[in-house]
Amino acid sequence: MPTLIDYRRRIRSVKSTQQITRAMKFVAAAKLRRAQEGVFAARPYAHEIVRVLRSAAARMESTVHPLLERRPEEKIVIVVLTGDRSLCGAFNTNVLRRASAFARENSSKQIEGIAIGKKGRDTLRKRGWRLTAEYLNVSSKVEYSKAKEIASKIAEMYANKDVDAVYAVYNEFKNVLVQRLRVEKLLPVDPAILGSQAEEIVAEAGTARSESLPQDLAPAGQGMLVDYIYEEPVNEIFDHLVPRYLDSEVFRILLESAAAEHAARMTAMDSATRNASELIDRLTLEMNKARQASITKELIEIVSGAASAMS
Amino acid sequence: MATDALELQIVTPERHVLEETVQTVEIPGKEGYLGILPGHAPLITELGIGVLSYRKDSETRFLSVINGYAEVLPHRVIVLAEVAERAEEIDVARTERARERAQSELSKAAPGFEDWQRAELALQRALVRLQAVSKVGGAAGEGRPVS
Repeated sequence: MPTLIDYRRRIRSVKSTQQITRAMKFVAAAKLRRAQEGVFAARPYAHEIVRVLRSAAARMESTVHPLLERRPEEKIVIVVLTGDRSLCGAFNTNVLRRASAFARENSSKQIEGIAIGKKGRDTLRKRGWRLTAEYLNVSSKVEYSKAKEIASKIAEMYANKDVDAVYAVYNEFKNVLVQRLRVEKLLPVDPAILGSQAEEIVAEAGTARSESLPQDLAPAGQGMLVDYIYEEPVNEIFDHLVPRYLDSEVFRILLESAAAEHAARMTAMDSATRNASELIDRLTLEMNKARQASITKELIEIVSGAASAMS
Repeated sequence: MATDALELQIVTPERHVLEETVQTVEIPGKEGYLGILPGHAPLITELGIGVLSYRKDSETRFLSVINGYAEVLPHRVIVLAEVAERAEEIDVARTERARERAQSELSKAAPGFEDWQRAELALQRALVRLQAVSKVGGAAGEGRPVS
């Protein structure tokens, strides 16, 4: 049976663990707030890029671009977004499981991986994936330049016909408690973004930031038909815009994943802190019981000692 | 809205930099600077690396802008820049260091190669930031680019 000292030691150790988990929770919360702000801040830009892209596309007879070209999918790249660190619940595991499932669904194709985040890289390597590229330390502070770097890498691979499609597997940030796993096709760029279907996508994205832009910027159909002067030839602008669109898509995914990771870590650390409190309560109770038992035992010894002395 | 005013809006992927009602704007287009007055015909242009300036109530302000697009409507200018900083926000000492670093890189690397190109771009970025800063002190209110 554990002695009083043992209990004290256990409680002290649980308490210090709890302090760590609590601190990590606060750090995650602060980072989450920043990541969320980043998600919101990126929306107006992404929205405007799509708008300019569409108005340019509407003015062109045919929209041809290396990144829009469709090919039969024989070689695909799966971009897997995980965190660099653990202690975030099932966040990394979920993404990796989904990535593996997705790879199995496409086992007839040649598959390569791009790992974003250390956890993903380590696990995928262990599972024997062929990794074309890896990017570490992205999620703690998502920077646009990083997104550009990743985007231009996949764009280059696609334009060189090294691959026929690029998919991203990531956690989408729904709210603090819910992350949703998504598999999204990054390349070839969905031509719907240039056409009428994009209207809805844009309108949907627009609701969240409608307070930041005045009404006449809203993606009304007739607004598209403004007869712009193009300083450079339209197709030149278009050619340059498509990669910028990809940049902003990659940036969005990085931000979503980072926000989801911080949210997952915050939730995980919150429940760890709560579990620690429960454990401390239980241990304290048991310690008190043990203390009482030892007092009782001592009393009995004294009483029985006295009794035997008297007799 | 008054007819002699422009709504200037500058957004980057990382933040919403600026939204203001101004009288004139000068944007660093890829092919050269463009002066925009209220009532300008709708226009779309790519941006280069340069200094954007705008005048508001006889005061001229400057921003360094790096790559992107600008959309001009008769009473609205939307600038989508990859990077945009107000002259006041720029850390001069840091930018000077960046410039020196870029220059020494440039002298070491062979022209035309990847390192050289990267250094060249870094140098341009540093220079345009310094340019934006120097205009605040120097030619305030004038608004003509030197380059």
